[in-house]
Amino acid sequence: MQLNVFRRRVLTLLVLGVCTTPAGSGVLPDDRTDALYHRYQGGGITIQGPSVLVQKKITDNFAVNGNWYQDYISSASVDVKLSASPYKEKRTQESAGFQYLHGKSTYSAGFIHSSEPDYRSNTTYYSLSQDMFGDLTTFSMTYKRGWDKVYRDVKDTASGRISNDPSFGGFDKDGNPISFKDADHRGYAIGLSQILTRTLIASVNYEVLTDQGYLGSPYRKILYRNPGAALGYTQADQIYPNTRTSNAGSVQLKYYLPYRAALTGSYRYFSDTWGIRAHTAELGYTHPAFKRWIFDGTLRFYTQNAASFYSDLFPRANFQNFMARDRELAAFNSYTVGAGVSYDFPIPRNPWINRSSFSVRFDHLLIDYKDFRNATLIGPGGGFTVDNAPLYKLNANIYQAFLSVWF
Amino acid sequence: MLTRTMLVAVGLGLLLSGCSPIQPWVKPYEREHFADPIMSFNRDPVSGAYFDHVFESREGARGATGGVGGGCGCN
Repeated sequence: MQLNVFRRRVLTLLVLGVCTTPAGSGVLPDDRTDALYHRYQGGGITIQGPSVLVQKKITDNFAVNGNWYQDYISSASVDVKLSASPYKEKRTQESAGFQYLHGKSTYSAGFIHSSEPDYRSNTTYYSLSQDMFGDLTTFSMTYKRGWDKVYRDVKDTASGRISNDPSFGGFDKDGNPISFKDADHRGYAIGLSQILTRTLIASVNYEVLTDQGYLGSPYRKILYRNPGAALGYTQADQIYPNTRTSNAGSVQLKYYLPYRAALTGSYRYFSDTWGIRAHTAELGYTHPAFKRWIFDGTLRFYTQNAASFYSDLFPRANFQNFMARDRELAAFNSYTVGAGVSYDFPIPRNPWINRSSFSVRFDHLLIDYKDFRNATLIGPGGGFTVDNAPLYKLNANIYQAFLSVWF
Repeated sequence: MLTRTMLVAVGLGLLLSGCSPIQPWVKPYEREHFADPIMSFNRDPVSGAYFDHVFESREGARGATGGVGGGCGCN
């Protein structure tokens, strides 16, 4: 049913595309390099690292881009404390892509590779965008395909060494162990950017994502009520569905104020076959000042209901086919407030640099869970039982600092 | 009968006008504000991609942000 809606919208936009005026010339992104340091700290987790992005035009109609990104993760989150051990690990992501401009059409494609000790991911994407209606409108379509391998790390009790569980994926027909489980992903997105007035522009996006394979976390556990157990509950493995399809639609508006400043407002609606419905609303204000400075402020609100197979505490073992306690699937409200500032500065004696700026940004994230309790407080140490443990709240600070150079 | 003929004529007229070149109602020389970096939907792509990843790792919703994404880092 949802896919039919998607097809109808694609067809409508393609029919509009038939009536467009002949092609002229489009624009490729600016040549620029960004070097970012990011740090996320909250809920017992610290994730930090660098990210470097390069965009460069090779000819007037051909550009390439590349990104190198790292996360250094140190985790003792509430989930890890409950069912695993605190750990440290590194995740590296590399991507490369190109854009080819032909008339008013831009063709893009790229590849993304991500690697961490217990997760490998490869994604390819292909995109077409078309300027139309006197360049007031840009229509884009993207298809992406991902192949992931999920591993489970285990700790050798004798040596303390951590390695992949050699038989996490089961055994092949010859009886050889398989160390991973597959997860495949497909995505179909369409977007429309529309100049509405001299000071107002809108962007509308719609995306369908489908997943198939192992979609859960091999470490996190469910809890089920067990009056005979010391803490009143027992842990068991999560059981996820092997498929998921989601639909998301968003609209974003940007308005140029009379005194050179910009207002941004956006809204996104999300639904999936796991029963999650979510709303995201965001407001932003951008204010240039003192010739070289740009100030930004943003507010973001997000709310979702729980997945149909989520429960903080299942009534008994094997209660239903699918069972999960990942807090990403719980019901919660999330609030983010952020501010940033950019400073444009000249680099003397470098004629090949057009512009350079240094930016810092700080955001505070609060997630207020409605049905996810802090189970680490259950027992004599915490003083709570399975019935009155407090709902969990996540407070996190997000820091970014980056240098941008246009050349 | 006459009303139906008029409706068909108006409908056909609208249909045909749909395939005529659309005149841009905001002329190119009136779009200088959109060249200002503060009007870009993705002024700092490296920061925007990072934010998408931060939220996608902690929320059930995903997609329709204009980015591609990839990998997990879902801790």
